Amino acid sequence: MTEPITLIVNGMDYSVEVDMGRNLLSVLRTEIGLTGTKEGCDDSECGACMVLLDDHPVNSCSYLAMQAQGRSVTTIEGFMSDDGLNALQQSLLEEGGVQCGFCTPGMIMSAHALLAGNPSPTEEEIRIGLSGNLCRCTGYTRILAAVVRTASGD
Amino acid sequence: MSFAIAGSLDEALAALASGARPIAGGTDLVVGARNGNEPLPTSLVAIDRLDELSDIVAGDHGIRIGATVTHSRLMIEPAIVSGYTALADAAALVGSPSTRYTGTLGGNVMNASPAMDTGSPLLVLGAVAHLRSERGSRTVEMSDLWTGPGQTSATADELCVAVEIPSSPTRSGSAYVRLEYRRAMEIAVVGAAASLTLADDGTILDGAVALTSVAPTIIEVGDASTLMTGQPPDAAAAAISIAASDAAQPISDLRGSDSYRRHTVGVMAGRAVSAAARRAAGEEIGVPVNRAIGVGAAL
Repeated sequence: MTEPITLIVNGMDYSVEVDMGRNLLSVLRTEIGLTGTKEGCDDSECGACMVLLDDHPVNSCSYLAMQAQGRSVTTIEGFMSDDGLNALQQSLLEEGGVQCGFCTPGMIMSAHALLAGNPSPTEEEIRIGLSGNLCRCTGYTRILAAVVRTASGD
Repeated sequence: MSFAIAGSLDEALAALASGARPIAGGTDLVVGARNGNEPLPTSLVAIDRLDELSDIVAGDHGIRIGATVTHSRLMIEPAIVSGYTALADAAALVGSPSTRYTGTLGGNVMNASPAMDTGSPLLVLGAVAHLRSERGSRTVEMSDLWTGPGQTSATADELCVAVEIPSSPTRSGSAYVRLEYRRAMEIAVVGAAASLTLADDGTILDGAVALTSVAPTIIEVGDASTLMTGQPPDAAAAAISIAASDAAQPISDLRGSDSYRRHTVGVMAGRAVSAAARRAAGEEIGVPVNRAIGVGAAL
């Protein structure tokens, strides 16, 4: 049995019909059509599904769409602008922090939330901030460098 | 199937009385259902927006922590970091930033996992759970609350509304140490918490030790107080190390064999005592101990 709910995603209201057990990730991808958020492990381990919920990172695979009612959801598409890439995205490109790209949207969500709360994090704080995101390509060093670079404004 | 967002505590209690199950962050409930461990309850009531469950009230006699206070808040709340440090150590180790943002203390307590990180800190700090239902209220000691893996003595219509911890005397300190294979999204291989008070001469006046992931529930080392009282911290840590291994009743699973767990829980318990004693003596050791001192908290 489905129920109508309204989700606020990237500042826009979306009316969707969902089952109670439906996770936010699948509603974002298949009902709303925002496929930037990825499904990796489907178990909160990898962070590919990370979105921002009221500006904090949340694994959307393990969060019910019902739980997100009335809260502000931000996906990677929410960072699109006419000005091109934001500073964090640009740093990831320039530092070589993107290879296959599958982890990148989730990685950006976690890094964005970290920098919003702590604009000058230490390397240790960055590692903790990104600890819920796995990357199987880069070895993390270049992602770390991109966040350091963004924080320092270089 | 139904999902309701409670607008008040009374609404939440009425829903529980009608058979609904509570959901706050859902970090255990939703992940468990998606893993196929246990299906989602057919009726859920969301309690994460109730202001009356999200307060932290600290006073001279102790602290009352609302059930929906999240781990990300516990780990930095000044009153908890300074006075109930083992709980902050544990909250800072739970899951990842995402888990800590959505996961709550009440959820961790009522999920009753024998591997729950906040469990042994709450036990050594003498915490109680406040349970409410439409029938009334009651207060339950943690040792009476947890009855088995995933099992509590709470009835289905009872909601944990808060956890209350008494304050400790001066020259007290506590610590929670966890053996872990990775630094995020990890479940304790074993863990141990210690809480103790130092006498003026630097020996231990009194204390308690509890163990994580070595029995069907979080357990206390029964003779910890006797073993530590009157001892200098090093001797107390050595004695507790042996007693913790003796008290453990671990199982073998993919995270560790029973014999490995029995050995390492002794090591962790000794380290928890040492860290708690250093904090009691006034030394600043950052939260969590695992990160401040090293992975697995080698001292």
